[in-house]
Amino acid sequence: MKILVPVKRVIDYSVRVRVKADFTDVEMANVKMSMNPFDEIAVEAAVRLKEQGIAQEVIIASIGNRECQETIRFGLALGADRGILLETEQAFQPLNIAKILKQVVLEEQPQLVILGKQAIDDDSNQTGQMLAALLDWPQATFASKIAVKTEQQKIEVVREVDGGLETLLLKLPAVVTTDLRLNKPRYITLPNIMQAKRKPLIIKPLVSMSLNLSSTISQLKVEPPNERKSGIMLNSVAELVDKLKHEAKVI
Amino acid sequence: MAVLVIAEHDSVSLKLSSLTTIAAASQLGSEIIVLVAGYQCQGAAEQAAKIAGVSKVLITDAINYQHQLAETLAPLVQQLAVNYTHILAPATSYGKNFMPRVAALLDVEQVSDICAIVNEQTFKRPIYAGNAIATIQCLAPIKVITVRTTGFALAKASEQTAPIEALTIKEAEPAVEFIEFATHPTVRPELTAARIVVAGGRGLQSAENFKLLEQLADKLGAALGATRAAVDAGFAPNDYQVGQTGKIVAPELYIAVGISGAIQHIAGMKDSKVVVAINKDPDAPIFKVADYGLVGDLFKLIPELERILGEIL
Repeated sequence: MKILVPVKRVIDYSVRVRVKADFTDVEMANVKMSMNPFDEIAVEAAVRLKEQGIAQEVIIASIGNRECQETIRFGLALGADRGILLETEQAFQPLNIAKILKQVVLEEQPQLVILGKQAIDDDSNQTGQMLAALLDWPQATFASKIAVKTEQQKIEVVREVDGGLETLLLKLPAVVTTDLRLNKPRYITLPNIMQAKRKPLIIKPLVSMSLNLSSTISQLKVEPPNERKSGIMLNSVAELVDKLKHEAKVI
Repeated sequence: MAVLVIAEHDSVSLKLSSLTTIAAASQLGSEIIVLVAGYQCQGAAEQAAKIAGVSKVLITDAINYQHQLAETLAPLVQQLAVNYTHILAPATSYGKNFMPRVAALLDVEQVSDICAIVNEQTFKRPIYAGNAIATIQCLAPIKVITVRTTGFALAKASEQTAPIEALTIKEAEPAVEFIEFATHPTVRPELTAARIVVAGGRGLQSAENFKLLEQLADKLGAALGATRAAVDAGFAPNDYQVGQTGKIVAPELYIAVGISGAIQHIAGMKDSKVVVAINKDPDAPIFKVADYGLVGDLFKLIPELERILGEIL
């Protein structure tokens, strides 16, 4: 089985994101970038399936500028076999990303696509579902456990949903999106990084795919959120109960 | 303008997320149609018909929709879509799962998780875990939108009853099979709908200790929540998680116990009306967003709080 893992390069999760002074976007200059953490979980899940002998090849794909090579190399260091960068300077909404990924799927013919449930920049939570729709494949979002049933050509997925855990059995090929508790990605070592440098990474200009990628969405403004004012420090539980009852009137 | 709302329900009744989504819809159009797709879901449809602003309820009552799979819901919504300017569903795990599938089938872009409506094509939504609010314009012919449930009030019941129309839909066999739904049994209110939430973090130290909060929650009639750290450590089930990647809550009272206040957690609770923080570290960032802060050992403070509440409640 071949697994495709699409990954996104985003502002590192540990960076305190700031809105630009002109309110056009968030500050991106000189900010540390990393692989979207949910995608990292997806790479780890795919690599584990390879280590179990269930998958034969894990392919990483990313859409973005040349710097995304670094993000792909990170995935290769985690254990993926090869990478594809669809190079563009343009940023796309999830529907267009899904259209591009559909082309990659048609070319590569994976039986499974695993990707993060959302990217921590725009928090859209759309791409996996859209890709599944465009391919007419079944989907399992928010996965916290996966088990491939090789003989039946199916995959069982436990999903984290409101109120509990839902288990679905999907016919392959399928799309799975990862939630936080699917796994804990491994730490990569220097030898992993050296090895990853020798793995194949193909760079294709996105325009060579000749897709119509027009968009109807524009970002008019980006503002900081309303900040909560910090309140007062109290000295005792009795004082707290008194405040809640007589000042805030919430109990 | 006619707006289609896809209701989240448990067959018997609507989830509160549906009521906030209907409230959002009422800011967009004069005509609100609610779709109740499920199995033996007449009860939910009847409730939907009695909500202010709803002009018609469409019901699809078939075994195929019992588990509300994206693979069956999305083509159903796609067939109805042409009559509407907007299609709305709650940005809960239910709506997040199938709505992008609807949008892709319609070949339109989706606007996720809106927290405010500026006009019929302009919306506000949080990005970067709530560290920024983006104003987005969407010119798609049909606007597919998921609604952040804390961004809008609950739609109210109406004295009038809207008509309920049964749909007959050609059913296809999905390539996915439902196996089971393991619920976390609870007698407490639903986390996203509770008036009071008691939430615990890593400071609780163990699943055993987390039970301390259960007693406090029960005394207050509160729902229980947890941070990602507490869930990851196995102190609490996954659907307790409050934060940008978990549940977004805005109760009247949020009591944060042993929670340091990571950005992604605060993103999930900062719209709460009153926030109480109890933590042993006086420098914990949670105190910056709390109305009332108490520094000390939670293992002493929580039993004491429970005792004093027991005397007055």
